[in-house]
Amino acid sequence: MTGPMIVFESLSKWYPLYHPVTAGLKRFLFGFPLAVRSLRLNRFEALRNISFSVYPGETFGIIGRNGAGKSTTLGLIAGVLSPSSGSVEVKGRVSPLLELGSGFHQELTGAENIELNGVLLGLSRRQVADRLKSIVEFSELGDYISQPIRTYSSGMLARLGFSIVAHLDPHILLIDEILAVGDLSFQKKCTETLEYFKKNGVTMVFVSHSMEDVTGLCDRVMWIEGHTVRMIGPPEQVVEAYIGSIP
Amino acid sequence: MNGTNQLSRYAELTLVLTKKEIKVRYKSYLLGYVWSIANPLAFAFVFYVVFQVVMKIQIENYVLFLICGLFPWQWFSNSVNASPATFLGNASLIKKIKFPRSSVVLATVLQDAAHFALSLPVVVVFLLAYGSSPSLTWIWGIPILMFVQLLLTFGSALFLATVNLFFRDMERLVAVIMVFVFYFTPVLYSDKMIPDKYDSLLILHPVAPLIISWRSLLLEGVVNVRYVEISFVHATAIFFVGYLVYRKLSWRFAEVL
Repeated sequence: MTGPMIVFESLSKWYPLYHPVTAGLKRFLFGFPLAVRSLRLNRFEALRNISFSVYPGETFGIIGRNGAGKSTTLGLIAGVLSPSSGSVEVKGRVSPLLELGSGFHQELTGAENIELNGVLLGLSRRQVADRLKSIVEFSELGDYISQPIRTYSSGMLARLGFSIVAHLDPHILLIDEILAVGDLSFQKKCTETLEYFKKNGVTMVFVSHSMEDVTGLCDRVMWIEGHTVRMIGPPEQVVEAYIGSIP
Repeated sequence: MNGTNQLSRYAELTLVLTKKEIKVRYKSYLLGYVWSIANPLAFAFVFYVVFQVVMKIQIENYVLFLICGLFPWQWFSNSVNASPATFLGNASLIKKIKFPRSSVVLATVLQDAAHFALSLPVVVVFLLAYGSSPSLTWIWGIPILMFVQLLLTFGSALFLATVNLFFRDMERLVAVIMVFVFYFTPVLYSDKMIPDKYDSLLILHPVAPLIISWRSLLLEGVVNVRYVEISFVHATAIFFVGYLVYRKLSWRFAEVL
């Protein structure tokens, strides 16, 4: 594919503050005119006028403080949020790397969760069945795969989630702070897999608070501060400036 | 993705989610199937004692009469009561993955539909116990009524699941409204007992014509064409309202969760 995989163009995202309505029926009924007015005035700006592009095969890091707008950016790329103004364009199949347990059901076995997650993430049941064996192998869960996942340790869960995504053949992989879990050998495996994705031309967007991972993995880094882009550039420079800004 | 692809993706997603619902419901309970019919049977017993033994209601074979109305009612009421929590309960998925959200609601409704279908043998047992038997009209009557009820229940559930995200009081409201709907639907009494002056209101009731149709089918083996038609009109209207509200608001789900 030619041209950028992801293009954000002067994109802003704000949320109306719903509190007047969600606070309950009483306030909703008695404070209705006020509620309507405040709906229009009160909005929370999550991102303001953001522009950037991510190119094929690139590993693009996003750093910034909590609440700066990193997860909103990932949500916009995944297509679960839509911009309030400006535009976002994404080419190819996007796969989020699920946080621990979010797409999993405790009572189902590992294998059943693989089917559920695989289909949710866009595979057909047939495709999941074809890949099941290699997913299980990759996860190194062995016989545990037929046990309910409530018996799994957090490291085992992470292995399962990572193995599923590794078999989705995504064009764009969204990674939201995942490398912190699992034991050392698993972390090593994750890093190896990411390197493998990188070699195969998968575009990755990587949100992390670990500056070591960011400088180690990313080709370019964007620093978001106060809901807008503060800096985009080579990892070392951006990370240095970011660390320098923390009092 | 083209239309056929999207449709088959939707179907597969719904299938996998329904399978999950059913598995989860049965997995940790030894008496899984028994529990799903124990509830309507317990209600039938209580209503029998109260209305027949104590209050001497003039209906023949009252237990059988109750069961033929209570089983389809349970499907509707279980799905509707669970619906406000459906999207809320899947918040982590909705915030991360782009997939047709309505499939989660359809899966819960289908799961209750499966339980209803599985409870039909119990109706047969009661029919036989009362010296009656299932009718051949069931073969086409049951699929038609199940389709109508699926449309009605999915539409209502989709509407409530969506609205509850923006207006969380919906969950409490539904619990109250469902009490009204239950007692104003001829489940405990027959539609013939309703005073004439209210009789015309019955066709405006979104659930009553369906329950009446179920009972004439299960009890007497008769497809009550007029009531089936009326309930189909209601079901279609409610489905479209639910679907439109969902269409209009689904892009904001990830924001409000």
